[in-house]
Amino acid sequence: MADAQVTLTVDGMDVTVPRGTMLIDAARQAGVVVPHYCYHPGLPSPAVCRMCLVQVEKMPKLVPACVTAAADGQVVHVHSPEAKQARKGVLEFLLINHPLDCPICDQAGECELQDFVFQEGQAGTRYGDYPKRFNPVEDFGPDILYVPNRCILCTRCVRFMEDVAEAPVLNVSERGDRAYIGIDPDHRLDHPWSGNVVDLCPVGSLVSKDFLHKARAWDLDKTASVCPGCTQGCNVTIEARDEVVVRLRPRTNPEVNRWFMCDAGRADYRWMNRGDRCEAPLAIGDGRPVAHDWDDALTTFASLVGESDGPAVVLFGRRASSETIGWMLRLLDGRRTTAAIQVPEGPEAPLAAVPNLALRRERSPNLHGARLLGADADWDAAIAALGGAALALVVDADLSDAEAAAMSGAARVVHLATVADPRLTTAALVLPVTTMAEEQGVYVNRDGRAQRYLPARTPPGMARPGWWVAASAWQRLGADRTVPATASEALGALPAFAGLDHDALGWHGRVLATAAAGGTR
Amino acid sequence: MGYPHPIHPKETPLLSQHFGELDARSYEGWTRRGGYQALRQAVGMTPEAIVDEVKASGLRGRGGAGFPTGMKWGFMPKDDGKPHYLCCNADESEPGTFKDREIMRWTPHALIEGCAIACLGIRAETCYIFVRGEYTEPGRILERAIAEAYAAGALGDNVFGSGKRIEMVVHWGAGAYICGEETALMNAIEGKRGNPRIKPPFPAVSGLFGMPTTINNVETLAAVPPIITRGGAWYAGLTLGSPKSTGTKLISVCGHVQRPGTYEITLGLPMRELIFECCGGMREGRTLKAVIPGGSSVPIMNAAEVEECVTDYEGIAAKGSLLGSGGMIVMDDSTDMVLQICRLARFYAHESCAQCTNCREGTAWTTRILERILRGEGKRADLDLLLDLAENMTGKTICVLSDSCAAPVVSGIAKFRDEFEAYLSGARAPLAVGA
Amino acid sequence: MSHDTAPAGPVFTPARKAELEALAAKYPTRQALLLPALWMAQREHGWVRPEAIDEIAAELDLTPAYVRGVVTFYTMYHTHPVGRHFIQVCTTSPCGMCGAGDVVAALLEHTGCGELGATSPDGRFTVIETECLGACGFVTPMLIDDDFLESVTPDTVPELLARYP
Repeated sequence: MADAQVTLTVDGMDVTVPRGTMLIDAARQAGVVVPHYCYHPGLPSPAVCRMCLVQVEKMPKLVPACVTAAADGQVVHVHSPEAKQARKGVLEFLLINHPLDCPICDQAGECELQDFVFQEGQAGTRYGDYPKRFNPVEDFGPDILYVPNRCILCTRCVRFMEDVAEAPVLNVSERGDRAYIGIDPDHRLDHPWSGNVVDLCPVGSLVSKDFLHKARAWDLDKTASVCPGCTQGCNVTIEARDEVVVRLRPRTNPEVNRWFMCDAGRADYRWMNRGDRCEAPLAIGDGRPVAHDWDDALTTFASLVGESDGPAVVLFGRRASSETIGWMLRLLDGRRTTAAIQVPEGPEAPLAAVPNLALRRERSPNLHGARLLGADADWDAAIAALGGAALALVVDADLSDAEAAAMSGAARVVHLATVADPRLTTAALVLPVTTMAEEQGVYVNRDGRAQRYLPARTPPGMARPGWWVAASAWQRLGADRTVPATASEALGALPAFAGLDHDALGWHGRVLATAAAGGTR
Repeated sequence: MGYPHPIHPKETPLLSQHFGELDARSYEGWTRRGGYQALRQAVGMTPEAIVDEVKASGLRGRGGAGFPTGMKWGFMPKDDGKPHYLCCNADESEPGTFKDREIMRWTPHALIEGCAIACLGIRAETCYIFVRGEYTEPGRILERAIAEAYAAGALGDNVFGSGKRIEMVVHWGAGAYICGEETALMNAIEGKRGNPRIKPPFPAVSGLFGMPTTINNVETLAAVPPIITRGGAWYAGLTLGSPKSTGTKLISVCGHVQRPGTYEITLGLPMRELIFECCGGMREGRTLKAVIPGGSSVPIMNAAEVEECVTDYEGIAAKGSLLGSGGMIVMDDSTDMVLQICRLARFYAHESCAQCTNCREGTAWTTRILERILRGEGKRADLDLLLDLAENMTGKTICVLSDSCAAPVVSGIAKFRDEFEAYLSGARAPLAVGA
Repeated sequence: MSHDTAPAGPVFTPARKAELEALAAKYPTRQALLLPALWMAQREHGWVRPEAIDEIAAELDLTPAYVRGVVTFYTMYHTHPVGRHFIQVCTTSPCGMCGAGDVVAALLEHTGCGELGATSPDGRFTVIETECLGACGFVTPMLIDDDFLESVTPDTVPELLARYP
């Protein structure tokens, strides 16, 4: 009877793992990182870099930890002199043709070659003044440059395209030390998920043109967030330098996006840095906007809401948070409200070998949150309902000219804006709100998973989260009402999220029982 | 026979008896010489009986690894219901080795018969013979012979009326020494880059197209028919040395001997008899300096080690080298050892598949250091550096190509250090080599 | 093996397609036909043209990049045009220590190529060094197109070349 678990010792520490676990993962569970390059949990393991060779007692040779299964009673040494000597050898071999151009290489500071050489390599090279292999930089496609001289031939990029994207458009060309990563000359690396090869590349060989020479890794402030691109809800890290977002990268979530994100999501961050932001509450009196402080503005807002009699329309922009949607609807409680969220559409692009992972047709991160909260009207029906509406709230929506013109059909218009819209000539109030990059919030993805995101930059001027604006006005319209102190409290106060706070969602989110039945399409 | 020379009395012509006889190439000519008796016998035997006979013979892989053939066949599953494959390794690319070629071009039917019997033994219905692309002549002769065998009913879906099916296909390589490594060979058949695979899984579990597979060398398979007709015990009795080294071995002798060629000896023959009697010894006025006994991937032996050495697996291992493929390179005192080792290193650097860091970079770096030493630009520390690199290239990779590059370097420096020192000190005039 | 610079027809003429499909019956996967298909292309055009790579990729349901990765691995496939007659001379140690270098020099001189890898001005020959050809007892061995020649010496080179117009 074979046990489902095995117990082994790694660098003196006992660890028990399921049978079939590779030594590299068993070691990690014991808290020991086995240095490696070609291994990646999301890719098949070829064991070619030879960095992960470890010593296992009673085995005649060092074995690659990435493809050697843990067995009961094994005694493994990751940091024995022999293993370290082997790694030092591999590092020396990797460096002999490496240009060592860290000063001009984007990867510096987040480079696994730098990291392991510092950790375990030798200080000087014995390669001397032999010529280094030289190949010119190649433009692989829309966003990706290949710098062959830095390439360590770990083949992660080739394996990603072949085994994960199932589009084998990269290859290893030639043989021996003449080998390099090749692409069909008539082909561009424009697969919707190809940007992942830049993340996977342990060195600065595959680099993003968009990020090229923009910022140093150690200057970046990194914030956990959720991609606002579509209903998939890939977990991301927003990376900013001095309050300017310079890059989005995937954040690992085994249940949603594993280690990947699509190129469309990656590219969609420039709007986070817009300078033409609405920075102060504006009341439009005599056709002229007049700036107010929040207190006055909220009082005006509350009275606009309270004194309007008749149906209301709320138009939410595609990136509206659950807190904002929920509190906007609470503000309009008791009236006939048509609430819709804007959901632009685009082509779906699955990542072939990963189940349930795609760039989704619906390009809104919180469509399912909106439905859960009752903002589930058809967008065009909501626009049509403007004619005859007593009150219309526009919450950071991107209106077409026709839609903007239709706003004048509503008796009163309040615009909660990131960027002011001069076409909304009938807006009585323009209130500055934060983008999702400047606030805490929760999105619910297409699987009903509620995921939290954090602010990556400071809101401009007096901008505040939409939920706070709504709650503050709501507070003024009744007795014994308090404004939630935090976004987390704001979430928990909503019936659809009752009992939840942001901490409960952790960093990988949680599938809501109520939303789970919504399922995937 | 010591093809192309007449059979020497010290030879044991078993596989090589008919080398040089054009008539032996045809199905009819081979049958007249006793061919296909073994296959006719084998179709009436159980797979286990065939394997047992080969196990009893003590036959070991003749391509280089020397693994007991019967044991290898025994690893194949018996009852799994999956298609099994036999691959015949006719990629012969180990420098110094040119013996499989003779089997293919003179006695192709011996190979075909051996492959067919092996298929029966391992329950395979398809055999792919992987022929290196450069073997245009032997490969084409083999293809014609296979067509003849089909026509005669020795292959196809009813072998000699037994109801058993054996298909045989020649798959041409295209210039890659590494495809002689059994897992790289399978990748080449599958239409991929010839990269060796990590083991486990072993070919008998998951090999060609993911199915149980056995890979054997040409000479190994050609030895199977006589084992079937004359019995494994008979073959096991054929030895002049260790009981673990049985049967005959084709030794392809090249380099500085009077009569280079392919000689077939009973294992255990003293090496000096092979070199000085069969091959006629050194050229006029020359003395023996070194021998690489089993293809360039095995350690170099010096003259003293050759003197007392017995030509079999154990005997050569006792002298610190390996019988390997049996490709024997003989070097006399005119040989520049540093130059030859450098050229071998360059061979390995050309042939590295590029997967493993140690091999890809190490073979090239080793070559560059040696070239620089030959140009008179070497440094004192270079010898220790070469040895250190050789250690980093040994036992650390998916396959043993990098170990093979290290072997001549390590043994060369150990036994011919003075020649390296001569270049380093300037005592020897530099050569114009490398970039 | 012929080489011409005129626009090339497809690799898979009806005859070759039939040959390919007959071969396909002997393998369980289409991909296994790749090395044989590349040989067909080289036999057809004298080298493996980029168009041939695309054609083979389409025929075998592979990507051109994948096929290209395989082509560049195996040194016998030419990825650029070569002389009408392609000469490969073994210079690995067993032959190298027995005079292969002199044969190479004689070939470079008598073909007019001048250097390894270059095609002679009249387009007739290209000469390259190759690794062990498996005929170490018959120095110097070489391949001229598909002809495997043994025991070539500098003296026999001119007469040998004359057989390849």
